[in-house]
Amino acid sequence: MLPEAAHHHPAGLAHQFDNLEQQKEAATLGMWAFLTTEILFFGGLFMVYTVYRSSYPDAFAAASHELVVWAGTVNTAVLITSSLTMALAVHAAQLGQRRLLIVFLLLTMALGCVFLGIKAFEYYTEFVERHIPGLNYDFEPKYFRNAQLFFSLYFLMTGLHALHMIIGLGIMAFMLWWSVRGVITAEYYIPIEISGLYWHFVDIVWIFLFPLLYLIGRHAH
Amino acid sequence: MSTVLLPPRHYLNDGYGVRSWLLTRDHKRIALLYLAGVTFFFFIGGAMAVLIRLELATPPGDLVTDETYNKLFTMHGVMMVFFFLIPVIPSVLGNFLVPIMIGAKDLAFPKINLLSWYIYVVGGLFTLYALISGGLDTGWTFYTPFSTVASTTNVIPAALGIFITGFSSILTGLNFIVTIHRMRAPGMTWFRMPLFLWSTYATSLINVLGTPVIAITILLVAAERVFHFGFFNPAVGGDPVLFQHLFWFYSHPAVYIMVLPAMGVVSELVAAGCRKPVFGYSFVAFASLAIAVLGFLVWGHHMFVAGESVYSALIFSILSFLVAIPSAVKVFNWTATMYQGAVSWETPMLYAYGFIGLFTIGGLTGLFLAAIGVDVHVTDTYFIIAHFHYIMVGGTIMGYLGGLHYWWPKMSGRLYNEGLAKLSAGIIFIGFNLTFFPQFVVGYLGMPRRYHAYPPEFQVLNVLSSAGASILGVGYLIPMVYLMWSLRYGRLAGSNPWGAVGLEWTTSSPPPTENFTETPRVTWDAYEYPASVETDVA
Repeated sequence: MLPEAAHHHPAGLAHQFDNLEQQKEAATLGMWAFLTTEILFFGGLFMVYTVYRSSYPDAFAAASHELVVWAGTVNTAVLITSSLTMALAVHAAQLGQRRLLIVFLLLTMALGCVFLGIKAFEYYTEFVERHIPGLNYDFEPKYFRNAQLFFSLYFLMTGLHALHMIIGLGIMAFMLWWSVRGVITAEYYIPIEISGLYWHFVDIVWIFLFPLLYLIGRHAH
Repeated sequence: MSTVLLPPRHYLNDGYGVRSWLLTRDHKRIALLYLAGVTFFFFIGGAMAVLIRLELATPPGDLVTDETYNKLFTMHGVMMVFFFLIPVIPSVLGNFLVPIMIGAKDLAFPKINLLSWYIYVVGGLFTLYALISGGLDTGWTFYTPFSTVASTTNVIPAALGIFITGFSSILTGLNFIVTIHRMRAPGMTWFRMPLFLWSTYATSLINVLGTPVIAITILLVAAERVFHFGFFNPAVGGDPVLFQHLFWFYSHPAVYIMVLPAMGVVSELVAAGCRKPVFGYSFVAFASLAIAVLGFLVWGHHMFVAGESVYSALIFSILSFLVAIPSAVKVFNWTATMYQGAVSWETPMLYAYGFIGLFTIGGLTGLFLAAIGVDVHVTDTYFIIAHFHYIMVGGTIMGYLGGLHYWWPKMSGRLYNEGLAKLSAGIIFIGFNLTFFPQFVVGYLGMPRRYHAYPPEFQVLNVLSSAGASILGVGYLIPMVYLMWSLRYGRLAGSNPWGAVGLEWTTSSPPPTENFTETPRVTWDAYEYPASVETDVA
């Protein structure tokens, strides 16, 4: 390693940056650029969804009615609440309130786990009701073919979302560890802030998934 | 020149162990790791090309079976596109130069930079496994429903390999974007940046915006094969053409991922080779961004014969023609730069001349293909093959080799054998044209791509092409030899062997690990060559 003795180094400052402000700006911009990538990633799926929903609106509505709406609704509430606790965690980190930060991180993680639990219950229900194309599938004859497109999309979209939740929980566990060890301070709270950006993004994806998947055609009833 | 010494401390002697390379966070060492990776995949992809050209030397399919031939051109395409052409310039030259050119110590995220190399290697290993364990026969385009329900070859490992490698380009692009935004040295304003950085920036935008779309598309194909979901399967109402839309939404911009960095390299070479600022700096800079933006709007021209509606075909045709404008701006501006410049005939410039000529041919034949009527005639013929090889090989590889020769003294601290380098540049130019020009003709006459046998009347042109390919192969091997040789025996280069301007030439060769002994303060524009040179010539 190169000698870096010349000037004072604040905790958490990486060698390639001049100061924490520059590092913070770089990290934040990096996360936003990454989230842009994520938008395009999910965007491809939303495009496929849009094409097939407009091709087969009746089959999509019929298939949508088979989902467990109350579970999706509860999960929406759970995720929105987790976004609140996440925002509070960022706030606590900025003020250097370590105990509060740890509490809010734990709450956020707990809500994330509740979401995944409910999701697992839903997947189980779909399996029992034979809604999994290629594995265990049956549907009313009229929409037998095209409803498979809906369920394929449902599982891929919610599955990728759940994978993002699991990654988010991993990040939160890491942040929790850093917070307990005292790495996170009022001066160096960037990791919490950009992890929060990621968490909010994953929530927002769900905010789009919920109506598109669960609520098709319900306004007519 | 005789008093030139190696600097006592530089990035190459800052640790010698395997760990000091495999765990390095130095962008310059990571660039060399990438150099090893892309060279490896280039020669694998090249070996496939050798077999293809050998098969096509005679009209009947006598060397390999039709199935083997399908696997050969598929793996040639996959290896060359995803593991050589897309990463090559950004990951090797870009990694080495982006921080140095803006006067920074490193990229914004050095660990992510190293991670992206590992991701690239893991993706490459998956694809290599797909190749060794039986190959892949879908064509590099993975068209459905063949790739999802019909092909019995290794679609999944190859798809996974491409999916994984995609994250490497995303992370590299992200790193460059953040670095260029946030890490510029004092005084290094956007319009003082070398044009290589503008084109790298434009490329990074495409990486970040386009690559995730191919990732999800490949994932849909894999999900369809593994779980028997039916996204593109007509049996459940899926649309195979939707796959083509998603695929080309990335894969057309990917062409610009390949060629934009080469354009950036050529801007540097032309300025240094002519001792002049690039003519119309801001036009060239914005042309890079214009190409990146327009590149996202033209994917439909790959589907003129795939049942696209007349109206969308018309719109995609017009938009495709528009790409010619920023491309032509660049070519004209390089030419205008040379006008009355002290034009050099050193190796990097030879590649720049090669690039300009070959890219012009590749670009102009692109206009043929943007015209719907002509495109319908030449779709899936060798005309297409010739066109895109003029862009990707004549453009990207020429630009890459030019850049590698130009910055090699900076990377290694030593000079290569100029005579051999000029010779191989000439061999590559001749070999390239002999390989691919006959393919324009044979394609226009109607020889389809992707067949291992053809009617005897096409043999003369095919033999010419195969002969050219063997010359081209020799041309690519020679630089391997003299560049390696120069590492040990080459004359010391000194910090600025070309007498060029630019921050990379103000630091030692090879540069120290932290690039500069103290952070530079920039008070000059890019390419501020002493005016005296210009007046001498005039």
